[in-house]
Amino acid sequence: MARATTKPAKAAKSMKPAPKAAPAKRHSAVDRIRYQIMWNRLLSVVEEQAQVLVRTGFSTSTREAGDISAGVFDLGGRMIAQAVTGTPGHINSMANAVRHFIRRFPVATMEEGDHYITNDPWIGTGHLHDFTVVSPVFRRGRIVALFACTTHVVDIGGLGLTPDGRQVYHEGLYLPIIKLVERGRLNEWLLDIVRANVREPVQVVGDIYGLIACNDIGAKRLLDMMGEFGLSSLDDLAEFVIGASHAAKVAAIRELPKGTWRNEMRIDGYEAPVDLRCAVTITDKEVIVDFDGTSPSSPFGINVPYCYTEAYTSFGVNCVIAPSIPNNAGSLEVVKVLAPPGCIVNALHPSAVAARGTIGHMLPDVVFGALHQAIPGRVPTEGSAGLWNVTLLSGRGRTDPAHPYAPGSRAFDVTMFHAGGAGARPNLDGLSATAYPSGLRNVPVEITETVVPIVVLQKEYRQDSGGAGRQRGGLGQIMRIKSLQDAPFAISARFDRVRNPARGRDGGGNAATGRLSLGNGTELRAKGVQTVPNGQTLIVEMPGGGGYGDPRERPAELVAADVANGMISVVVAAEKYGVVCDTDGVIDDAATAALREAAPGGG
Amino acid sequence: MAPRTSPARGRTDARLAVDIGGTFTDVVLEHGARRVTTKVLTTTRAPEEGVMKGVAEALGLAGLKPGDISLIIHGTTLATNALIERKGAKTAFITTEGFRDAIEIAYENRFEQYDLFMVRPAPLVPRRLRLTVPERMTAAGTAHLPLDEAAVAALVPTIEKNGIESVAVGYLHAYANPAHERRTRDILAARLPELSITLSSDVCPEVREYDRFSTTVANAYIQPLMARYLGRLDADLKRAGFDCPLYRMMSGGGLTTVETAIANPIRLVESGPAGGAILAAHIAAECGLSQVVSYDMGGTTAKICLIDDGVPQHSRVFEVARQYRFLKGSGLPLLIPVIEMVEIGAGGGSIARVDQLGRITVGPDSAGSEPGPACYGRGGAEPTVTDADLVMGKIDPARFAGGTIALDARSAEGAVQSGVGKPAGMAPAEAALGIAEIVDENMANAARVHAVERGKDLTGRTLIAFGGAAPLHAARLARKLGIARVVVPTGAGVGSAVGFLRAPVAYELARSRFMRLKDFDAKAVNTLLAEMRAEAMGVVRRGAPKAKLAETRTALMRYTGQGHEIVVPVPARPLSAKDADALRSAFERAYRALYDRVIPGGAVEILSWTLAVASVQARPRRAAPPRSHYTPKPQSLRGVVDPETGRLARIPVYWRSELRPGARIRGPALVAEAETTTMVTGDFDAGINALGYVELVRKGQAKKTAKKTGRSGKGA
Repeated sequence: MARATTKPAKAAKSMKPAPKAAPAKRHSAVDRIRYQIMWNRLLSVVEEQAQVLVRTGFSTSTREAGDISAGVFDLGGRMIAQAVTGTPGHINSMANAVRHFIRRFPVATMEEGDHYITNDPWIGTGHLHDFTVVSPVFRRGRIVALFACTTHVVDIGGLGLTPDGRQVYHEGLYLPIIKLVERGRLNEWLLDIVRANVREPVQVVGDIYGLIACNDIGAKRLLDMMGEFGLSSLDDLAEFVIGASHAAKVAAIRELPKGTWRNEMRIDGYEAPVDLRCAVTITDKEVIVDFDGTSPSSPFGINVPYCYTEAYTSFGVNCVIAPSIPNNAGSLEVVKVLAPPGCIVNALHPSAVAARGTIGHMLPDVVFGALHQAIPGRVPTEGSAGLWNVTLLSGRGRTDPAHPYAPGSRAFDVTMFHAGGAGARPNLDGLSATAYPSGLRNVPVEITETVVPIVVLQKEYRQDSGGAGRQRGGLGQIMRIKSLQDAPFAISARFDRVRNPARGRDGGGNAATGRLSLGNGTELRAKGVQTVPNGQTLIVEMPGGGGYGDPRERPAELVAADVANGMISVVVAAEKYGVVCDTDGVIDDAATAALREAAPGGG
Repeated sequence: MAPRTSPARGRTDARLAVDIGGTFTDVVLEHGARRVTTKVLTTTRAPEEGVMKGVAEALGLAGLKPGDISLIIHGTTLATNALIERKGAKTAFITTEGFRDAIEIAYENRFEQYDLFMVRPAPLVPRRLRLTVPERMTAAGTAHLPLDEAAVAALVPTIEKNGIESVAVGYLHAYANPAHERRTRDILAARLPELSITLSSDVCPEVREYDRFSTTVANAYIQPLMARYLGRLDADLKRAGFDCPLYRMMSGGGLTTVETAIANPIRLVESGPAGGAILAAHIAAECGLSQVVSYDMGGTTAKICLIDDGVPQHSRVFEVARQYRFLKGSGLPLLIPVIEMVEIGAGGGSIARVDQLGRITVGPDSAGSEPGPACYGRGGAEPTVTDADLVMGKIDPARFAGGTIALDARSAEGAVQSGVGKPAGMAPAEAALGIAEIVDENMANAARVHAVERGKDLTGRTLIAFGGAAPLHAARLARKLGIARVVVPTGAGVGSAVGFLRAPVAYELARSRFMRLKDFDAKAVNTLLAEMRAEAMGVVRRGAPKAKLAETRTALMRYTGQGHEIVVPVPARPLSAKDADALRSAFERAYRALYDRVIPGGAVEILSWTLAVASVQARPRRAAPPRSHYTPKPQSLRGVVDPETGRLARIPVYWRSELRPGARIRGPALVAEAETTTMVTGDFDAGINALGYVELVRKGQAKKTAKKTGRSGKGA
């Protein structure tokens, strides 16, 4: 895994000269319309390719959260187009993964009908649960492009999706880059090995077939398109797309103030708090984010391989500076991400990495804190950031030996996707119960209850969990869950912001922290597999997002409406917002005026 | 299911259809072979006034009296508009304790990944009017917690105090056992007899709480408004002397009676576009085409629908009131039977711009009819698709919309130049070509993705183009989709209302009942389907007491572990244990059609069943090909940028009203008529078929197409 130690060098390597020349100078108007149409078509090809994976995928994260990726690459391994899917974790990671594939299997050696696969966390997207397949496309016997796609499989053996592993070896089956299909012949031995190593062999192998089908559909559409437009190669189109995107991104960066801004954010970590530190440097042609000073790797599975760090960091930056420019080799290379080898956001092999999302999802918030200083008024405050996915396990060996599996009870393994509150925006309240940066979609309670023997007794907004502010932070949720069986079950917790809240900004208050507990009051740890004894209720309280601006500047009517709607309590309305009203939202004007004049900022 | 003739017969065969749109109310009267159409302005505050005016005009033109009319069919955007404009009743939502936020939390997602300033649509009922009751069903339909009846009764003062007109009741798993919802209704109705009450187990007894609750709340929200309006219209018609049956067009393409419409007004959403698809299906049958694409392009959007063997694609879910660039997820989901179409923010009024990458973008926002495109001369300054079409020469400025609006070509050119030409470094004609090409490409991409999602192929189909802007863009769209034949029917401007007259009386139901295929319980399924059949039959019989009825059943199935079900056809007869194998094969066939593969060894499960009943109607006779052909003389020549070549050329213009069946025209050419113009690009030829429809055929493809679409005669 020597390559993992060379990450900063790799980042530097991508600083090759940008395709210069604004396309306007090289092409006639009619040509440019034609290129634009082909570009649109290429984007529609990869969207179509991605849809196949979403609709046939077996893991919850694939089908509900769109935790997949699909893209088309030129023969140099440069990404030309990528589908906009649910999670940003694949953004740069897939773009870089293809370069690893063609280093291992040079393009000249690829043959028609070949497909290559890996789940190497340091090549793919940061943990063993993600499989990436790369496939060459041939037109009239000549290789013209590569397709790549990634999906999250439901199981990969090992400990399962928990942060309890100490090395990647604990976390399941590890496939280096290998040929999955050779000239149309499937490597059946490989599939037998996969089947023997995972808990859901039919589904995991089904997803591998799905990846092949996904690239095949992409290839078919690309060939249709090349036929329609009479293209024998993608080179000119790739130059146009990459050049135009690069130029537009640089132009957007040129508008920004130049300099270096720093931020740090402390989060819970597993065994000890983690400090995430970054310096954001804006020059006139790029944005550089350096995580120097960030805590070292953890002995547990919350470490983040560099590829995942790069993906979430650049996603955060892109949301602020150029949200409408499509991702490709040209637009991605202007955001550079540096992280010292061995720190928790550039964890090296064989660190445990299964729950890398817990920390990876925090990175946009860290970057936003620095960008806020450079360009005030354009970024949200901190939010709950990490997902609050409730993974429940039942069956032999899944619960604590003190609360063993009850023979005859149903074994299950289910993940409900959920989110706390997002940070307030400079002009808008934060979104409640909404994930950022992940693009998750939840699973209906009725569907979960149909497939596993549990009952969700409550799933509602958590009053007062959003940070107070002129713009209020988004609210988290509270869920109470019980088993319908006479048996214990376990939760695989991967939660953060339980000790360190999402912070407010410019006078806005911090959000409420999250909490994991049992109905009898016992507090559970926020990370790791733990047992819910027979008959107990599991209580999941999700954190909110931070507030923005002085809460006393929030119009009293909005505060009163929040009270009438139960989003905040009468007490918080008075203490933090300086608004006196009853539960129907009727304001006591005199008392409110007195309170608001008396004390500055309640934060 | 072959929707054709009239659902009921009166004393004459004169039938009226009325389509209330946002701007115009269209009235079509068919009497024997005669068709009369009128267009009046929609009277938004009391839509029945516009209806009565249009109906009176149509009767006058046809020389008929109200008593001569045997049937009235009526569709309206009123329900849709009430949801978009949030003008429904003051509504409360009663739900299971612990779940009051389900309709606001929605999917917990951001439908626009990169927008930090995204806002989700607000629910129709604010949190303080979302009331809860202790009760709980399990997924199996057993009571985990009994209904707290006292808690239901205790809500009455809150409902009264807040002036609530309508209540939606949605409990978890009520689709599996509606007892608690029904008891709640009884308790409330006994105390508040005037209250409108909608139960989730009545409106859409299907699994997935957010979607079901969203539908239930939307139904409750529009119910009082629609009931009042339908009642007033009924009274006005009776007073005017009409005593024929009155039907409502539903989103699924079927007709229903007033009682059903009043109970389930949510099924009236999007009835206008459904009429368009029904019309396209009818035209396909007349022309003997088995596989077509219906393409309706108006001022703000384009709608594309796939039709196989006369049956438009159906779906079980529709999203209304998308408030963010037509993006999926930015509206309210409704679980209702709908004719499935993809709607793109691409119409004549769609605005063109240049983005930060120097790319031309078109829509989804529209200049609408006020101020409208720049060429309307009503203050619109941004270039639109109509402006581009005008600059390219495709539209005659003096004759647009029958000469009712004189177009200002200079304003169009100025807007195209300042909005697109200058920022993109192009001459006006190039910029206009770019706008037209991008909007055509947007529609083509949407159509292509839509077809793929349904496991369908577009090549070999015929495009049926109607709506004011469609004929201007149809040839180009067809070319991009690999389609070789286009049909532009007559009377395309009132297509939806004409379609109403071709619709069957129909009703469709869906019920969720989870079952793993290995535990297939034929008896339980038969009981469920028999109940559904009885309910659907009851509804349809009220509207079509004597017609022959056809029944369609499907199961919604998936592999265990997946999240999306697919539609699997099921025979309309009692099932036995042996049918489990047949269901598995039918599932695998459907899965393979969609995804080109099956999962070996994958367990299969059923989530829901659907059942539809529709009156069977005779297919229209297929028109014979024209007896002879001739080459008409062009009316004039006009300079037009042919989008196929990108070059300006002087091309012939023909008046459609002067062309007879059998006319043959070589492209490039324009066929102009009062409501629209058909652009025949250089790669197509055109002709007029025996029905008077314009048919475009890709050059060199006439024979090939004839074969693929099963046409025998020589065709146009």
